[in-house]
Amino acid sequence: MAKRVLVKGNEAICMGALAAGCKFYFGYPITPQNDIPEYMSAHMPEVGGTFIQAESEVASINMLLGAAATGARAMTSSSSPGISLKQEGISYLCGSEVPGVVVNMSRSGPGLGGIHPSQGDYFQSTRGGGHGDYRVLVLAPSTAQENYDLTMLAFDLADKYRNPVMILGDALIGNIKEPVELKPYRRKIKPKDWALTGAHRRPRRIVKSLFLADGELTDHNWRLYKKYQRMAKETRFENYRADDAKLVLVAFGSVGRILKTSVDMLREKGLAVGLLRPITVYPFPHQAVQEAAERTGHLMVVELNTGQMVEDVRLAVEGRAPVDFYGRPPGSIPTPNELAKEVAKVWRKRGLQ
Amino acid sequence: MYFDVIFAGFGGQGVMLMGNMLSVAGMHAGKQITYMPVYGVEMRGGTANCTVVVSDRPVGSPVVHEPVCAVVMNRPSAEKFAPRVLKKGMVLVNASLVDPKYVKARTKKVIYVPCLELATEVGNPRLGNMIMLGALCQASGVLDVEQVVKALPKALDQRYHKMIPINTEALRRGGRFVAEL
Amino acid sequence: MSPQKKTTVKMKKVFDRPKSMTKKPYHYCPGCHHGVIHRMLAEQIDAYGLKGKTIGVASVGCSVLLYDYFDTDVVEAPHGRAPAVATGAKRAQPENFVFTYQGDGDLAAIGTAEIIHAANRGEKITVIFVNNAVFGMTGGQMAPTTLVGQVTTTSPQGRQVATAGPPIRVAEMLATLDGAAYVARVAVNNIKNYKVAEKALKRAIDFQLDGVGFAFVEFLSSCPTNWKMTPQEANARVANEMIAQFPLGVYKDILAAA
Repeated sequence: MAKRVLVKGNEAICMGALAAGCKFYFGYPITPQNDIPEYMSAHMPEVGGTFIQAESEVASINMLLGAAATGARAMTSSSSPGISLKQEGISYLCGSEVPGVVVNMSRSGPGLGGIHPSQGDYFQSTRGGGHGDYRVLVLAPSTAQENYDLTMLAFDLADKYRNPVMILGDALIGNIKEPVELKPYRRKIKPKDWALTGAHRRPRRIVKSLFLADGELTDHNWRLYKKYQRMAKETRFENYRADDAKLVLVAFGSVGRILKTSVDMLREKGLAVGLLRPITVYPFPHQAVQEAAERTGHLMVVELNTGQMVEDVRLAVEGRAPVDFYGRPPGSIPTPNELAKEVAKVWRKRGLQ
Repeated sequence: MYFDVIFAGFGGQGVMLMGNMLSVAGMHAGKQITYMPVYGVEMRGGTANCTVVVSDRPVGSPVVHEPVCAVVMNRPSAEKFAPRVLKKGMVLVNASLVDPKYVKARTKKVIYVPCLELATEVGNPRLGNMIMLGALCQASGVLDVEQVVKALPKALDQRYHKMIPINTEALRRGGRFVAEL
Repeated sequence: MSPQKKTTVKMKKVFDRPKSMTKKPYHYCPGCHHGVIHRMLAEQIDAYGLKGKTIGVASVGCSVLLYDYFDTDVVEAPHGRAPAVATGAKRAQPENFVFTYQGDGDLAAIGTAEIIHAANRGEKITVIFVNNAVFGMTGGQMAPTTLVGQVTTTSPQGRQVATAGPPIRVAEMLATLDGAAYVARVAVNNIKNYKVAEKALKRAIDFQLDGVGFAFVEFLSSCPTNWKMTPQEANARVANEMIAQFPLGVYKDILAAA
C-alpha cells in the first residue's frame, strides 16, 4: 500500500498535481483555497517547478495559458469570485485548445458573499461563464482522496482533449483533513505535437483562437463540438445503495457525501433510498440518471444552492419521473439528520413504502 | 466501529490541535478519519470547533448533528454542544472554566476534567488540551492513550518536538484522571 | 528561332524579405508604422539567429495578426494579457526568445496591471509597445495615450483632460519600477530615428538573451486612417505632436547606469 498521510483537501490537490508532473502553478490569494498557493510556493521549488503569485486571477490564468501553450503541465486555483475573473482565460484556453487544470474551491455568493461552503458555482463551472460555445470538463471530488486522484486524472484529461479541466470543490472539501493514500502516478506523458517550443527544424506552430477566414470559425466550432461529444465517455459517477432503492437521491461533492450518512440513517428506518453521486458534473451522467429514474420512478436532488444541478437532472429525466428538490442557500452546512428529514418528507409525499 | 466527537472552545485553547492529534493517531491505528474544522474569520480569540469522525468504514458525512461525544472547553461551547450529544453518548467538560450549571445534556455521562489544575501539576498550564485528549481516550476508548502518545512525533511540528515528553506526560495524566474516577 | 544574343546581367540582391517573415502581404494601412516595426524586429530575429527559438505573443488590436507575418511560433493572448502569457511561456521555455507585441489600447488600458507586474517581476521578456494614440482596430476610439485635444470617435470634441485625464506616458512610468531593466521610447518616422530605434531594439533583445531582465521599447507610430490624415501628415504629427508629448530616449538601462 502506498504511503498514507493526513492532509487537508486543498493540500491533497497539490500533491496530486505534483505527482502528475505539474511544474507550473500560478495563483492569487482568496479564501478558502489559500492552502493551495501556500503549498505550491513551498513545494514547487523542490521539483524544479515554477510558482508565481500573480497580480490577479486574470493574470494567473493567462500565465497558465502561456506555460501550457509550450506543452507544460500547469495549474491555477481560486474560489468563486476569482473564477469569475478567470472565465475570460478559460474561454481562450478552450478556443485555442490549450490544456490546463483550474481548481475552484468555491465559496458563497453572489458578490463577495462569504466563505461558507456553497454549490452556487455549479452553473459557473458547468455552463462556462466565459463567452462562446465551449465546454469544460468538471470533476467534483467529495473526499481528500478523490481530490488527489481526480487532480491526477484532470491533467490526463486536459492533455487528452487539449481542453481545460476544472476541479469543483467547496470550503468543506478544501478544508477537511483525511488520510490520503499517495498512489504513485504511472502514466507516461506523451509529447505534444502542437506545443510552442521554438520552430527549430520544424514548421512554425500557432496557438490561437481567432479565425477570420471565410468558414474557418464555423469549422473550428464544429470540431470543438465533436470533441465535446467525445468527452461523454469520461462520465463518472458513484452509486451508493442505489440498486434496490425506491427513491434515488442525486447530489455531488460535499452534499453527496453528507447524504451517504443520511441514506444509512433512512435505511435503518426501513426506507429504501439510495444515492447517485455525479463525479463528473460535465459531462453529466445523463444516462445513469435516466436509468435511475426509469428503475425507481422517483428522483430527488439535493444541493447547497437554490437549484442548479436539478436542471441537468430534469433534462436527463425528460419528464419520465418526478424530480423533487431540496436546496439550501449558503450560511450553514446541512447535517445528515436534517437532510434525512427532508428525504423522508418526499418519501411520504410520494406515497413510497 | 464508529465514533465521532466535536471539540469546541476559544481560539487559542488548542481545540484544533486536539482534533488533529486524534486524527493522526487514528490514522496510524488504521482507522478511517475525517477532520472538519470550523472557525470564525479571526485568527485569535474567536470560537473554534472541529469535528472528528473515526471509523472502520469510509466516512460519509464529515458534519455531525448529534455527536457521540462533545469536548467543551468553555461556557459557550458547553451551552451549544452539550445538549446535542446523543443520549447514549458522553460530554467531557473543562471544569476549570465551565460551571456545571451551564451543562445541559441528555446523556448522564458527563465528565468534569480540571484541565488547568492537572496541566499545572504536570508542569505547563497551557497543556489543558492534552490533559483533555488523554481523558477523552480513556473515557471513550476510541483510541488507547498510548496510541496518541505514539503519534505525537507525527502530529507535532518539528519545532515542537522538544515538547513531546511533557505532552506525553499530560496525555497520560488526563487518562489517569478518568481511570481513577 | 530568333538569333538572339545571349547576354548575362549580373544582379546583386540588395534587399530581401527577412527569413523570419512569411510571404503574406501586410494588411496594414498605407503609412502605418506597424509594417516598419514588424520588419525591424524580423531583421533582428534573423540577425541573432533566433528564428528557430522564438515564441511571439500576439495581443489584441491591429497587430493580432502577427502570426500571419512572423514565421516563428506564436501564441495569441487575450486583450491586455500578453505580458502574463509571455511570463508563462518564458518561464516554461527559458531558452527561447519571448516577445510581446502590443498596442496602446492593449497595453496602456486594459493591460496595465499585467505590464506593470511583469516589468516589476523582472520577467526576462522583450516587450514591443506600439503607441499610436488611438484604438486602431476597433475604429479609432480614444486610448489612454490619445493626445490632449485629439479628436477620436469617442472624443469627438477632442480629448478633455477634465473628463479623460491627460495621456499616460508608459515608458516613464515603467522606468520607475526597480524590476524593469531596460526602458526606451523610439520612433520610426525618419531614418535618423529609425537607426536609434534599431539600436534600442537590439539592446532590448540583448537584455533578454543575456538574462539581464525585463526590456521594453515603446515605438511611437502613426495611424493615418484613424487620424484621418495622409501618411505624410500623420508622419508630421508624430514628429511635431507625439514626440512633444512622448519624448524619445532611454529611460532606464541598468547596465549603462552600472
